[in-house]
Amino acid sequence: MEQTIRKAPLQCRVNGQQVEMLVKPWQTLLEVLRDELRLTGTKEGCSNGNCGACTVIIDGQAVDSCLTLGLEADGHEVTTIEGLANGAELHPVQQAFMENGALQCGFCTPGFIMSTKAFLDKHPKPTETELRTGIAGNLCRCTGYDKIIKAIMSITEK
Amino acid sequence: MRPFAFVSPRTLDEAVQAMAGAGGNARALAGGSDLVDQMRVGRRTPNLVVDIKNIPDMQRLEYIPGEGLYIGAGVSCTRTGEYAPVAEHYPSIKEVCGLIGSTQIQNRASIAGNVCNSAPSGDTIPPLLTYDAKCIVVGPNGRREVPIGEFFAGPGQNVMAADELLLELVVPPPPANSSGRYLRFIPREEMDIAVAGAASMIAVDPASKRCTRARIALASVAPTPVRALDAEAALEGQVLTADVVKAASDLTPNATSPISDVRGSVEYRKELCKVLTQRTLEHCLADLGM
Ligand SMILES: Cc1cc2nc3c(=O)[nH]c(=O)nc-3n(C[C@H](O)[C@H](O)[C@H](O)COP(=O)(O)OP(=O)(O)OC[C@H]3O[C@@H](n4cnc5c(N)ncnc54)[C@H](O)[C@@H]3O)c2cc1C
Ligand code: FES
Ligand code: FES
Repeated sequence: MEQTIRKAPLQCRVNGQQVEMLVKPWQTLLEVLRDELRLTGTKEGCSNGNCGACTVIIDGQAVDSCLTLGLEADGHEVTTIEGLANGAELHPVQQAFMENGALQCGFCTPGFIMSTKAFLDKHPKPTETELRTGIAGNLCRCTGYDKIIKAIMSITEK
Repeated sequence: MRPFAFVSPRTLDEAVQAMAGAGGNARALAGGSDLVDQMRVGRRTPNLVVDIKNIPDMQRLEYIPGEGLYIGAGVSCTRTGEYAPVAEHYPSIKEVCGLIGSTQIQNRASIAGNVCNSAPSGDTIPPLLTYDAKCIVVGPNGRREVPIGEFFAGPGQNVMAADELLLELVVPPPPANSSGRYLRFIPREEMDIAVAGAASMIAVDPASKRCTRARIALASVAPTPVRALDAEAALEGQVLTADVVKAASDLTPNATSPISDVRGSVEYRKELCKVLTQRTLEHCLADLGM
């Protein structure tokens, strides 16, 4: 099969740049980002939609890139953790995670930051409960979540 | 993942043709939250994946008074849950749109995908059963309408042929003075499969206070989601006092044939049916100011 099925064209915008490439239809968006575009900030945790480490933003919405085929991004706008900072200036969510020590090993952090960005764009002044529900699709094995919540709430209080 | 070809048709006709041309070896792709993982672990091995999200007919989300609610097969749970008429007329459908997985999952997953995946635990299915939804199925031989209560054939099984597609769900207008609620029990607070789930929909005549229609449907307690007909019969025509509600809820296990597994025993699941049903009925009554 692998020989008989040809790669297919994928055209999309990734972090503001137009990308045109050939991908295998069975490559997930996560694999396309990491293995083809070398954007390795997006992490693979569970590969089945449970941990959120692979979260990217498509057209303003947080999605698990492990459950999305690369070709589904065709014609869409994809933002990864690499696309958040403005030059040397970190995105406010990145800054808040850093200042509040909202990470230990850091593996879950890109996913958390992408989820948080999409969530705050939609709900700039959430209650803590709304926030916890909004980012429940991201798991962290290290922090116990409190510092993550504190970091995010610090932005909404600004 | 095992290799497959991929198409993303722009019209319904193209999609129907693509499915028909694949010799029963194609799978439709909506949000992918079931399918992509199933392909990854080798549980599904299609030769062709047909992305249905770019078909305008399948992106329809519209409420027409007197006709009902049309939910296209490609419409995400997020979009459905945010559509004001859903909250207004079908509160339990709004509730389940916010229950499926996480924000990331809800942004992709469709109600139709939940229906087509046909898991006994599918959370969107009990509310659809209580609102007498219809599945509009299309295939090489045209279009047919299947009542949601006749759609499921067993765990992961339904009545669609391998080359058919679910086009949309049509949910009739709810009866006047009605409300619907859904509750499930999961061991974790978020992101888990229901041990049991219960949806209720009741309509009450404001003058006589008698129940004019009752629907109760249960998830995770039989090979398919099921209606609890005995419990419904115990409510219809009655004034819904606490005793009537309790007695009806206690009849829900009659409709079930649960299994014991890591999530719960048979007895536990039956008990959950009673408790969850009673609570959803109480919530409905509260919605109706009773
Ligand atoms: C982390 C996680 C948490 C989850 N939590 C829940 C939960 O709480 N409750 C719950 O019920 N489910 C849950 N699920 C399962 C899943 O998200 C739902 O079943 C979802 O509604 C599937 O929709 P989809 O659009 O992603 O379907 P897809 O994965 O795209 O499709 C599902 C199946 O239906 C078929 N299909 C899809 N659309 C059509 C169509 N139009 N015509 C014919 N066939 C079609 C596909 O071929 C596939 O077999 C969860 C999944 C994950 C990964
Ligand atoms: S890697 Fe995608 S959700 Fe875990
Ligand atoms: S910081 Fe280690 S998993 Fe979150």
